[in-house]
Amino acid sequence: MTDALTKMLSERDWLMADGATGTNLFNMGLSSGDAPELWNADQPENIKKLYSLAVQAGSDLFLTNTFGGNASRLKLHNAQDRVRELNRLGAALGREVADAAGRTVIVAGSVGPTGDIMAPMGSLTHELAVEMFHEQAEGLKEGGADVLWLETISAPEEYKAAAEAFALAGMPWCGTMSFDTAGRTMMGVTSASMVDMVEALPNRPLAFGANCGVGASDLLRTVAGFIAQGTEIPVIAKGNAGIPKYHDGHIHYDGTPELMGQYAVLARDMGARIIGGCCGTMPEHLKAMREALENTPKGPRPTLEDIAEKMGGFSSASDGTGDDSDAPARSRRSRRRS
Amino acid sequence: MSEEDDIILSELNDEELVEQMMDDLYDGLKEEIEEGVNILLERGWTPYDVLTKALVAGMTIVGHDFRDGILFVPEVLLAANAMKGGMAILKPLLAETGAPRMGKMVIGTVKGDIHDIGKNLVAMMMEGAGFEVVDLGINNAVEKYLEALETEKPEILGMSALLTTTMPYMKVVIDTLSEKGIRDDYIVLVGGAPLNEEFGKAIGADAYCRDAAVAVETAKEFVSRRHNQMNG
Repeated sequence: MTDALTKMLSERDWLMADGATGTNLFNMGLSSGDAPELWNADQPENIKKLYSLAVQAGSDLFLTNTFGGNASRLKLHNAQDRVRELNRLGAALGREVADAAGRTVIVAGSVGPTGDIMAPMGSLTHELAVEMFHEQAEGLKEGGADVLWLETISAPEEYKAAAEAFALAGMPWCGTMSFDTAGRTMMGVTSASMVDMVEALPNRPLAFGANCGVGASDLLRTVAGFIAQGTEIPVIAKGNAGIPKYHDGHIHYDGTPELMGQYAVLARDMGARIIGGCCGTMPEHLKAMREALENTPKGPRPTLEDIAEKMGGFSSASDGTGDDSDAPARSRRSRRRS
Repeated sequence: MSEEDDIILSELNDEELVEQMMDDLYDGLKEEIEEGVNILLERGWTPYDVLTKALVAGMTIVGHDFRDGILFVPEVLLAANAMKGGMAILKPLLAETGAPRMGKMVIGTVKGDIHDIGKNLVAMMMEGAGFEVVDLGINNAVEKYLEALETEKPEILGMSALLTTTMPYMKVVIDTLSEKGIRDDYIVLVGGAPLNEEFGKAIGADAYCRDAAVAVETAKEFVSRRHNQMNG
């Protein structure tokens, strides 16, 4: 049986994903430092409202409120024994909202990073990581998620562990990384090397891409890097609505709906198939994105200059790919000793 | 290049050895660093000189290349691990010899946030720069910070957050310090991927530090400014 996302991707040129989870939940009264996932059990109406906001704004796909729903993260809130329950509830609430939408809407079970560094550099072993991701995946599957959605990953080892866990759960999946350090992930992965990694996986994702990071310009540059590799796997673009500012006790991202509309069109023209927002992307941004995508005819693939002109400059001169790949290098005596 | 040639550390003169140690630190070679530290100590170097002229100088290069996007977190973690090997030898000796100290920092990731990679890097680089660091770990409520400030009496408070949902908690901590009238007793530095300078200002921190290398530079600058104020 074909899964819902594969089907939708075969029927449509582009799909619109959702926006922010945390920023929206704050507006409903979530306190800073509290676990949003606990609301799947304690405040289900708010979570349904969160999902409905995305659906009403025109999203074809939304992510469940389960980003921090792995044992390692939930341990902070002494809820490490509730992984399966909280993920099941998060997905089931999503299922309910999606099925009542009157059109096909995909429920994507969000899976965020463990927060631990993987061996040999850190303490998290591959086996343990797979186990944690698997536990979460089974909960999301039980709750009725259409697809699993790995996001904000920086380490290739963690991405691979999740891929393995999702195969164990027998679920289709998508996976994005966060490119926030001079155009690379915190662990130094470039857009080009992510494509190599994804294509070499035994259990390939339905789509892969970038989320969060440093603002829309950088994210579009990363998407350009994916496309330049000529991959056949659909690309996801989920950028933040500008950068965070602090106003009267609230976090507010400075990207306007109009700007996010332009971002969505640029992402599509660049070749991304699934386009959404991340932190700071509110329903009014999503509405503007949907409208822009529907009303702007497809244009030529934008250049980096086009992006910088419309969205603002980049956070670093190079993103570590192409001819500049070894641009800043230190000439030094490197030697091996036995 | 004759890269495969074995280099015998003990056969190098002081200057060559220090240069070699900087390279070994850069490459994250822990055993070689430990060996180099021991050789310098045997040659009569003071622990403080070994720390500053070999290790700190080496970590400064690592820090700059991290800041400039030449090195990334995995390489820095390896370098810091090698540095730690050297520090383990030097720490007891430094305490005995009463070496000058740069200052003290209490650091921790805020409540609800498990991410400690950046925070650990800052802690290691600060130690590498000669600061004493008290690491509170992850998921710290305001009470934990207050308690540590009370008992440790640091010059600097460092807070880290990686999530949109946790970064406002930094303001909760700073506001509590203000209410208690002790905000100005400390240099408050904040960091984390989603933050920026304007955010740091808006919540009342002294500075936002983009990465671990910048944190060290900023800490040094603030501490020396504070010393000047006290003297002047």
